[in-house]
Parts: sequence; C-alpha cells; structure tokens
Amino acid sequence: MTLVRIFSARRLVAMIIKEFRQMRRDRVTFAMMICIPLMQLILFGFAINSDPKNLPTAVLTADNSPFSRSIISAIQNSLYFKLVKQLTNETEAQRLLTLGQVQFVLNIPVDFSRKLIRGEKPVLLLQADASDPAAVSNAVAAIRLLAGPVLERDLKGILGDLRPGFTPVDLRIHPMYNPENITQYNIVPGLMGVVLTMTMVIITSLAVTRERERGTMENLLTTPVRPLEVMLGKLIPYVVVGYLQMSLIILAARVLFRVPLEGSLVLLYSASLLFIGASLAVGLTFSTLAKNQLQAVQMSFFFFLPSILLSGFMFPFQFRYSF
Amino acid sequence: MTDESTIIDVQGLVKRFGHKTVVNGVSLKVKRGEIYGFLGPNGSGKTTTIRMLCGLLRPDGGSGVCLGWDIIRESTQIKFQVGYMAQRFSLYEDLTVKENLDFIANLYGIRSRREAVDRAIERIRLERFSNQLAGTLSGGWKQRLALACCMIHQPKLLLLDEPTAGVDPKARREFWEEVHKLAGEGITSMISTHYMDEAERCHRLAYIAYGNLLTSGTAEQVVAGENLTTWLANGGNIHALQERLQGLPAWDQIVPFGNTLHVSGKDAETLEKSITPFMAAGYRWTRTTTSLEEVFISLMSRAGGD
Ligand SMILES: Nc1ncnc2c1ncn2[C@@H]1O[C@H](COP(=O)(O)OP(=O)(O)OP(=O)(O)O)[C@@H](O)[C@H]1O
Ligand SMILES: [Mg+2]
Repeated sequence: MTLVRIFSARRLVAMIIKEFRQMRRDRVTFAMMICIPLMQLILFGFAINSDPKNLPTAVLTADNSPFSRSIISAIQNSLYFKLVKQLTNETEAQRLLTLGQVQFVLNIPVDFSRKLIRGEKPVLLLQADASDPAAVSNAVAAIRLLAGPVLERDLKGILGDLRPGFTPVDLRIHPMYNPENITQYNIVPGLMGVVLTMTMVIITSLAVTRERERGTMENLLTTPVRPLEVMLGKLIPYVVVGYLQMSLIILAARVLFRVPLEGSLVLLYSASLLFIGASLAVGLTFSTLAKNQLQAVQMSFFFFLPSILLSGFMFPFQFRYSF
Repeated sequence: MTDESTIIDVQGLVKRFGHKTVVNGVSLKVKRGEIYGFLGPNGSGKTTTIRMLCGLLRPDGGSGVCLGWDIIRESTQIKFQVGYMAQRFSLYEDLTVKENLDFIANLYGIRSRREAVDRAIERIRLERFSNQLAGTLSGGWKQRLALACCMIHQPKLLLLDEPTAGVDPKARREFWEEVHKLAGEGITSMISTHYMDEAERCHRLAYIAYGNLLTSGTAEQVVAGENLTTWLANGGNIHALQERLQGLPAWDQIVPFGNTLHVSGKDAETLEKSITPFMAAGYRWTRTTTSLEEVFISLMSRAGGD
C-alpha cells in the first residue's frame, strides 16, 4: 500500500497554479482587484477631508455695530464658516437651519454692543446643526477660541479696562437636533441607507447572473415570458424585502435606541421607494453585465464603496473636498 | 408558402461564434406528426441548430418558418407552441418538482393549472418525488422532469436536446412510447441523440457534422445512401484477424464487438477479395446489413477528412 501523505507540496502547487489560471481567465475580476484599491486610494486620499471648512452659516443680527462686524469677519477669516446669509428674521433663520441650508446660525442680540460696552457680558449664541456632531465640532472649537480675542482689539481706550483677564462675551453653543451628542441618533438612521444599498444592489446583481450561471435562463427564454416581466418579477420581491428591512430598522431605532422620529412616516416610506428602486435598478444592471456571480458581487462592491464613503455615514457629508 | 403539414422548413441556417462557423447552411424540412432524429458528433452544431429553431439564438444567415411563423421575426409566437428541452438541466434546483411545473404552467398561462401539473406528474410517474427539490433528484429523474415541463403546455412541436442522456433503458422505452403516441396525435418531435437504437426509432433522420448537414431521410435511405458492405467474422482470435486485415485494402471500418469483428467498406468487390484468404483460416464470415452506426462513423470520418 502506498502511504498517503497528509500534506503534499505538489498538490498544493497544483491548487495554486489552477487558482492563478482561473484568475487570469476572469478578466473582469482581475480588473476589479486592481481598481477597487485604486478607487479607495483616490477616495481616501483626495475626496475625504477630515477638517471640513466653509460650512454654510447664517448670521442673525439687528446690531449693526463695529463689534458685531468684527465678529462676523473674524469667523469668516477662520475659514470654518462661510456666511451665506445675513438675516434679521428669527423664523427665517430657523427655517434655513431646519432645511439644512445652513449648518450654523450665529445670533447676535439687538443690544449686543450696548451690553458689551457696559461690561455686562452679552450673550453670543451659536446654533449648530449637530445632527452629525463630527461635522461641526472643529468649527465650534474655532469660534470658542476666537470670540474673545477678536473683541479685545476693539476694546481699547476708555473701554480698555474691560479687557484684562476677562472674556467680554458669553458665548453659548446650542447643538440642535442632537444636544446630548448621542451617536445612535446619527448612526441608526444612516444604517438604513447602508443596509438598503448593500442588500438591494448585491442581491439583485446576483439575480440574472444566477439564472445564467445555473442554466435556468435557457429555459426561461424559451417560454413566452417577456423581458419586462422577468425584470419586474425579479425586482418586486426585493422591494418588499427592502421595506421589511426598513421597518425593522425603524422599529429597532424607536424601541431599542429610542431615536426620535420627526415628520411623516408616510413620506419616508414613499420617498424610500425611489431609493430602493434605484438601488435595485443598479443591481439589475450589474446583473446583466456580469458573466458570473463573483463578478456581480465585485461590481456591487465597486458601487458600494464610494457610495458609502461619500454618503455621510462613515465620514460626515461635509468631510469632502469640494471639487 | 409552405403547406399545413410542414412544421419546420428552414433553409441555409448559418451561425457563427466569433470567426468560427458552427452551423453552416443547414436546411431542414420536418412534417407534421413526424419524429425527426438529429444526429452528429459532439460539437457538430445540433444544440446550436435547435436553439435557432426555438428563438434562443438569432441565425446569422438563412431563413425559414417554424409552425408557420418566421423564425427570425416571429419567434415570440413560436414560443407558445414549442416545447424545448435543453441539453443541460435548466430547471430550478431549489424549487420542488411541483413548484417547477407550476411555475412553467403559469408562464404559459395554462387555465386549469393544477390539473395540468397533476397530469404531467402522473404521466412521467413523478408522484413519489412531487414535493422533493428538483436539485436532489437523480440525473435520470431530472431528465424526466424537464421533459414533463416542456410538454405541460401541450405544444405542437417538441424540440428535445438529448432528452434521454443518462436515462435507464426502461424509462427510455417509456419515453419513446410517449413520443410515438404524441406523434400519433399529430405532435411533431425533433430529437437529438447519440443512441443508435433511438435513431432507428425515428421516422426520419438528419446527420450533421462540423456544421454541415451530411445526409437526411429515413434510416433505410440513410443506410442505402452510404452504400457500405459489411461482413461479420467470428471464431478464432479476432484481434489477430483485425491486425492482419488492417494491412489490406478496401476496408473503412474494422470494429470488434465482443467475439465478432465487423468489417465494412465502400468497395464491395475489393473488400471481398481482401477477406477471402481468411475465410479458410478458421473464421466464420457472414455478410450482414450495414447498421446506422457504421454509416454514421463512415460519414463522420469522411467529414473530418476535408
Ligand atoms: N456560446 C458559444 N460561444 C462559442 N462557441 C460556441 C458557443 N456555443 C457553442 N459553441 C461551439 O459551437 C459548436 C457546436 O456546439 P453545439 O453545442 O451546437 O454542438 P452539439 O452538436 O450540440 O454537441 P454535443 O453533441 O456535444 O451536444 C462547438 O464547437 C462549440 O464549441
Ligand atoms: Mg448539444
């Protein structure tokens, strides 16, 4: 009897050679192996910026004094804030903040300069959209540093005695929407987008490819079934799956993580149809391009990586260079 | 314009994959209620031809009608009346037998679907397996299920690509009985096969090699057309005989079958001269009718020559 060796280098080499040969045959897979790291490099190297600047800011002020003007110009000079609007109307300011058109509202009260001169430490209120805390933290830190020193320059002469060792204003920061800085408030709803993209794109990208790989497409094509029927028939079950996933996440967000849910649920569900539909369509497109299931999965990842990196889930939406 | 009784009538079908011409000007005519055997060596283009007939592939050349519809422009209409069984198992392995049949029945819009499914299961004796996953069936049962699926909508034409590959002899006989019964009802079948006994069960045959249609007609016509003479030799050491015969002229094939040696050749006279010396040498020689197998091998070796 011949001795069967537990480990044979020759068998191992045979496996390795076979694997390389197959890799070489599958050009698309090989291209993806090169392209995915390249894409990641480009995204991390160029597209993602960990120190977001020029955040849109509205200034709400009725006090048109030299003091408020120096504050406004100082925050702009810091480069963190970009003044997009100067308002006098409180409700308009709140509206902009709610819509997400501005990230900050700097509130300079009416009697700001008077109180400042009297040494009463007027309140300077910065409302920040903290729904994504990481996005605004650097800017908040910057304003804390510059609020005092800026005014010091103007407080000279007879006002000089207000200066030494004394912060002339009372800077208050209001982180709105997520004042306690709870991570779940940001992560859990974001997860909904991540989960939906991932499952919708990957699963449908396998849909047609699997039929082709297993040979069932051959049979399907000889029946009277029409392409539109095949496509819709493949998509609709996953729309249902998508809604199930969504409901599960919303339920978990409410019950487990106690994330507040503002606004209309109906609107959320109907708008999600667009998102689910688009993700499914992308998956189906990959499905028709890919020759086998491995290629389909790789194409999905090729789509998924930039989409998640740039979506604002992993890095805040503002953490991008504007091209 | 073709008459009612012609089911398939195609001329000069051509299919190329890249630079390779896989089907090279094949013309076929199949009549209503006929069982048409489609034979040829591996890679000769049988599957490709069948796939062009049922609208899976678009021919690169040629034209024709199938069931009265144009095979290029009206393939949608053809699909309703054709049952195609692919060479490779192409049903859903993760659905049960019943679910597969039900799905196909739905695609064809069959009215009394449940009865149709039950009838199909009964006809091929699949009752035992009706709730088993198709992927877990044995090879032969898979073939039978595929057959049931392609017949569920009562098509007028069956295009069966090696339907009995891997099926046991009894099931094969049942299958052929079924096909003959259907033929009696006016349902036409075109069947590709590598089995000679099945070829003999067909009303007419076509033989294709390397994309070219070499011959067609009834089995007798095909045999007569090749004009081979065949002798059987037995008694004595037939392998030694084979070696010695190979040095002589006029033989085309010398094939041992168990204890008999089959010797055939085109040139009857010279062949007889070649074997005469061995008649005395203890071998018993009988002249026999040439079988389809010898004819096909002869066709194939000639086609490979040019
Ligand atoms: N999709 C394809 N791409 C390229 N070549 C193909 C393709 N399909 C078939 N061929 C080639 O066409 C030729 C004919 O193939 P086909 O499957 O029609 O042969 P066949 O007669 O059915 O053979 P078999 O008896 O082995 O089933 C073969 O040489 C095959 O390699
Ligand atoms: Mg074939």
